[in-house]
Amino acid sequence: MTTEVQVVGQDAGPPPDEALPGAAGVARRAWDNIRTGNLGVLPIVLGLAVIVIFFSFQANNFFTADNFNNIIVQMAPTCMLAFGVVFVLLLGEIDLSIAYLSGFAAVAVAELQLQGGAHDWPFGIIAPVGAVIAIAVTIAIVGAIGGAQGTIVAKVGVPSFVVTLAGLLIFQGVVLQILEVRGTILIQDSWINDTAYYYFSAFAGWIIAAVVFGIYAVTAAVQAIGQLRAGLAIRHPWLSAAKVAGVALAAFGTVAICNHAKVPTGLPLAGVEVIIFLIALTFLAKRTPFGRHVYAVGGNAEAARRAGINVARIRIIVFVISGAMAGVGGIINAAYVNSVDLNVGGGSLLLNSIAAAVIGGVSLFGGRGEVRGALLGSLVIMTVSNGLNTANYSQGIIYIVTGMILLLAVTLDTIARRLQMRAGR
Amino acid sequence: MSETPLLQLRGISKSYGSVQALTDVDFEVANGEVMALVGDNGAGKTTLIKCIAGIHGFDSGQIFFEGEPVTIHGPKDAAKLGIEVVYQDLALCDNLDVVQNMYLGREERDWLWRLKEPPMEQRTAETLKSLAVTTIRSIRQPVASLSGGQRQSVAVAKAVQWNSKLVILDEPTAALGVAQTEQVLALVRRLAEQGLAVVIISHNLHDIFETATRITVLRLGRNVGVFERAKTTQQEVVHAITAGVPTKVSGIPATAEATP
Repeated sequence: MTTEVQVVGQDAGPPPDEALPGAAGVARRAWDNIRTGNLGVLPIVLGLAVIVIFFSFQANNFFTADNFNNIIVQMAPTCMLAFGVVFVLLLGEIDLSIAYLSGFAAVAVAELQLQGGAHDWPFGIIAPVGAVIAIAVTIAIVGAIGGAQGTIVAKVGVPSFVVTLAGLLIFQGVVLQILEVRGTILIQDSWINDTAYYYFSAFAGWIIAAVVFGIYAVTAAVQAIGQLRAGLAIRHPWLSAAKVAGVALAAFGTVAICNHAKVPTGLPLAGVEVIIFLIALTFLAKRTPFGRHVYAVGGNAEAARRAGINVARIRIIVFVISGAMAGVGGIINAAYVNSVDLNVGGGSLLLNSIAAAVIGGVSLFGGRGEVRGALLGSLVIMTVSNGLNTANYSQGIIYIVTGMILLLAVTLDTIARRLQMRAGR
Repeated sequence: MSETPLLQLRGISKSYGSVQALTDVDFEVANGEVMALVGDNGAGKTTLIKCIAGIHGFDSGQIFFEGEPVTIHGPKDAAKLGIEVVYQDLALCDNLDVVQNMYLGREERDWLWRLKEPPMEQRTAETLKSLAVTTIRSIRQPVASLSGGQRQSVAVAKAVQWNSKLVILDEPTAALGVAQTEQVLALVRRLAEQGLAVVIISHNLHDIFETATRITVLRLGRNVGVFERAKTTQQEVVHAITAGVPTKVSGIPATAEATP
């Protein structure tokens, strides 16, 4: 058995970066990560900072607390759709129907909130209903539609590109059919409008920041304690501490700026909604068996199937999530303009939400990416669009710049991946 | 072998449309034994193990496990019996880390549906240690960053972890270098020493003569012989692979199936 001894000893060298203590280890790891292009959210945060600084000089009223609040609310619908896109992309699939599905949701919620019998099937039968029921029913409907599309993809095997392209056309048609007859529907239900227009008081804002920070800090602490109790080392103690500090800065910083804003003042509910879904969906993706299986199916569907995972079920549920998130985004979008008209779900909503996920580092080939990427990507896209708007550039320029940022992000990501491969990561 | 074999297949036949992949194949493997399954390309080796693993069904024949007739309808049935397969293409998810792969499809969760990471990590480390897989630097690195031998070791460890009784390895050394092949073969021997039944499929007779206790040869979807490693030579096995004659003459008439 001499050969065996040699073999085992062959590449069992001392684990270099685990062995180095304290600051030396951190520096070594940081250099390792830069060399291999494994930078996490750092490039996109830096990119966002550059964008903010650039527009602060370009436009007079860009770098204001009011505009900060504005961007949060403008970003919310795109971000909600992008959250759903993350899950679909993790599977290596695509969902092109989300924008018009969100438009359909907007129509549905607008119809459901109308009082009396002045409107027709399909929503007349259950109206009038309270805003909460209207929102819940709408999300259930679009979730089911997403599930139906997912079933065709998973069970029949039609490519998701085609199924959801058909969905795009179909729901565009449905929205046109309904609105051509009814014209613009005003949304007067204050509960629904509040999803985009409610602002918390300064004090409530601070409480929310504390709660969000508390959730993150407690989760991190519980995790660390679990590791220690199981006799395992905490892997990146400095990085974890830095992340907790970063979340504190982001949470309290955001509330501080929002409270500083004049009209409207306070933390917008839309921003809180984004954070709630961020936390819930991150939990789903990273902490549950379901999320693990989504990553597995995206990485190697055959391996997942052989491991006993019901691949079709995972695919269908992901399309339900995608549809439901389109619904959430659609409702906030409708609330933001207080009405639903023929433009609903159109424009750049679809491409922006997919681009947001991709800019946020979610791979188009499946299996790689994080839910938070959707938020960061949406922030980049909406900040650029808002900045160019305030600096009086035209819509054409906004598209061109957004496109170039998308190209840049994907190129950088591809280069980073090649570096990682070369470094044997 | 006087005792009942752990797994016994009798008269397995399987066709893909008009292609007869397996005809009346018998196969068995006992505890603590490494049974090699050899044959040329298209001899039906992979089809046979897919039948055992429940990846697809077979047309006729019977499977006995621990002496009892069993039906295997899917990978989960096979896993329940204690049959684990390590596939040629490894069946690992590159984007997941070692622990995640080891527990794929059988994650431990608490009442809130949360993954219980620390115990999974702990047990993965223990399993790898018990199999003397010591070259993996961190079990939290993605599988994509491992070498071929390390990946194969992880795949084998994944199969062993679940108190399995039978481990089937499909071409475990096909893509490996010399040193890594030795590493995996040593692992295979250790499995048999621990009392598991092991089936190894390989094209490489050198590997087989280094690990196997017995050798079953398939040719064109039929049995052409079972050899004891100690009492045979490579020439004899090669002859069986390339020009063997079906061993079965009684029972279901083998020729009747060719003509409808």
